[in-house]
Amino acid sequence: MLCVRHLRKVYEASGRSVEAVHDVDFSLRQGELVCVVGPSGAGKTTILRCISGLLTPTSGEVVLDGRRVDGPPEGMAVVFQDYGRSLFPWMKVRQNVELPLREKGLRGPERRRLVDQSLEAVGLAAAANAYPWQLSGGMQQRVAIARAVAYEPEVLLMDEPFASVDAQTRAELEDLVRSLWTRLGVTIVFVTHDIDESVYLGERVIVLSASPTVVMEDVPIDLDAVRDQLTTRSEPRFGQLRTRVYELIQKAKEGGQPASPQLSTPSR
Amino acid sequence: MRASRARYRGVVGFLALLALWEVLPVGGVIPARYFPPLHEVMAAMADNVADRQFWSAVGDTTQSWFIGLVVAFVAAALVGLVLGSVPILWRYVDSTIEFLRPIPSVALIPLAVLMFGIDMKSALLLIVYAAFWQILIQVLYGVKDVDPVALDTARVFGFSRWSQIRHVSWPTALPYVITGFRLGASVALVLAVTAELVIGNPGIGHEIALAESALALPEMYSLVITAGVMGVLINQLTRLVERRALHWHQSVRSEA
Amino acid sequence: MAGVTNAFQRLTKIFLVPAVLFVAWFASSRDSTSFFFPPLRKILEAFADTWFSDRWSADIVPSLLRLAAGFLIAVALALVIGVPLGHSKRARDYAEPALEFFRAIPPTVMIPVLLVISGVGDTSKVAVIAFGCIWPMLLNTIEGVRSVDSLLKDTCDIYRIHGLTRLRVLTLRAASPQIVTGMRTGLSIAIILMVISEMFASKDGLGFTIIQFQRTFSIPEMWSGILLLGMIGVALSLLMRVFEMVVLRWYEGARERG
Repeated sequence: MLCVRHLRKVYEASGRSVEAVHDVDFSLRQGELVCVVGPSGAGKTTILRCISGLLTPTSGEVVLDGRRVDGPPEGMAVVFQDYGRSLFPWMKVRQNVELPLREKGLRGPERRRLVDQSLEAVGLAAAANAYPWQLSGGMQQRVAIARAVAYEPEVLLMDEPFASVDAQTRAELEDLVRSLWTRLGVTIVFVTHDIDESVYLGERVIVLSASPTVVMEDVPIDLDAVRDQLTTRSEPRFGQLRTRVYELIQKAKEGGQPASPQLSTPSR
Repeated sequence: MRASRARYRGVVGFLALLALWEVLPVGGVIPARYFPPLHEVMAAMADNVADRQFWSAVGDTTQSWFIGLVVAFVAAALVGLVLGSVPILWRYVDSTIEFLRPIPSVALIPLAVLMFGIDMKSALLLIVYAAFWQILIQVLYGVKDVDPVALDTARVFGFSRWSQIRHVSWPTALPYVITGFRLGASVALVLAVTAELVIGNPGIGHEIALAESALALPEMYSLVITAGVMGVLINQLTRLVERRALHWHQSVRSEA
Repeated sequence: MAGVTNAFQRLTKIFLVPAVLFVAWFASSRDSTSFFFPPLRKILEAFADTWFSDRWSADIVPSLLRLAAGFLIAVALALVIGVPLGHSKRARDYAEPALEFFRAIPPTVMIPVLLVISGVGDTSKVAVIAFGCIWPMLLNTIEGVRSVDSLLKDTCDIYRIHGLTRLRVLTLRAASPQIVTGMRTGLSIAIILMVISEMFASKDGLGFTIIQFQRTFSIPEMWSGILLLGMIGVALSLLMRVFEMVVLRWYEGARERG
């Protein structure tokens, strides 16, 4: 449903060209939750921006539902890492969440329903009439998530959304993402640098190499569908998968390449 | 490379403007009797540059600008530092200044004329009044910005009041003081020329008034441009001073 | 209850020192025989006599109307020209030097120019005010639009918010702190231009009237005019402040939280 085909991105800056992403290729089926990890500077954000249409790749393409992505497509929502800057400070929480829905052309009552529902789902029903800067960091990120969810997107992109949030809040938000995903069945691409987080959340973990980036390996996560911060993270299988991903990242940092040509396949 | 492209475009844009100025009046699009074409104005300018009276007028304007600015600066710096160092006054200063500041300097023109006639002192009254407020506000921003913890530390270490000012307050306030100087310089020019225009004391403004009443339009426009050039020069000069003085301050100054 | 005490405290802060100064002026000038500085009492009498008459409609109202017209035209033009320039680096590159030059011309020298072009009437005065006070507003609008947070722009791109909606919801709101600062400066320039244009060449208006008082040596009346101008300056500044508070309510709060 979402295919990233031989994505390549070269940045030109003052006479020098830097190949940030060399050849990244993976796909997602409808309703999958896939995590993308890689060492620092692996071009994770570049890849996400290409998928979202905010950035044009140098070569290769992104195909969503059979249509080539050329500028932000319909039915796609993004949650950024810097939540503080992505919410409009002159609008209340409710208005922030409602804004994309107006653009979608939905009518008043319908919009209100979706806004109420999504604020409820992220646990911020009481904060609807506050301004974003009156809320804590974790709450602001929830607002951004609520905004994305209310939009009822087909694909949700999340760019290291919990990197700037404290550990406790992060755990809550991770669970929130999984519960929303289970309820709504939306396809999610979750970029993170946190290895544990990627294994905990994903059905698959795509591990990237260092720049110029390629896919190191596509690791299927065969943990239970129902996950829990306490129990899942102490399972032996979790530890094994975590170690696998960790090893791959270490190898990537040392400039390693994938063991064999990687063809990324959707999980069963 | 980017910067030079921007500069190139800037030059092109400016030249395009000049070209329009020549073409539109000549082509009759703008009535040439109100708006002489560029070459006539340039000719008037060339005449001016060779004319001693012109330079004498420039000198007069510059003189009143400079004296007014210096007086305003010294007064504002002193008042600002004193106010900043006396906590009691501090609470009322803000609102009072917001109250007094919007009183337009030009309201004093009749008084100035009455008291000093067309002497330079009339212009000075206006220039000093206007520039003083401009600079004072900046000085107060600067004094407000002083870190109270740093001041406390100084006091605990036994710094005298004067030492505190010299070593803590002054360095913090300096960037603001210099910005105030820059803004004050520009206001001072406006008032200097305005005073000459309305009151008639010698200077560029007065020359413009004379040219207007004689309907010597190319002359008038050339003088207007002269005023503009003076404005640009003063701007560049004060920015240069700002950059130089603050260059040493980058380490002291917090993130802008 | 706290709100009332708060408001009272704020008012005291604002008016205390001016009130003290005023009383000092009154007391110190009580027995003044100076030609230039008559007793404040006389000035106040002249104030009542002069301005609470049909000068109100003959002079004060026309002045203020011209001021309003010039100022509002400048605001509109600043937005119309400034927003596109803020969006396009190319356009900015071309326009910047020319704009910097125009901005450096002391606005009052345009008064004779406009006098020549459109005579002594209202049009030239409104034009002078507009042409003079537009520069800070224009430059601030350009800067405000240019520096809109890129993440907010990305958000609008993602949710496909473009065109007029984007202008209303993002661009103008994000740039409003800058624009309003420009408006403040523009207002004080506008007031100066209103007064000067009337002092230089006019048949009515506040500036004209006050200069007439000076020329006919009606000193208390002249002072009353100066007082009036001061009051108008302060009143307009307060109005601007109220406007700022309404438009930028969110900004104050957001800035406090850093």
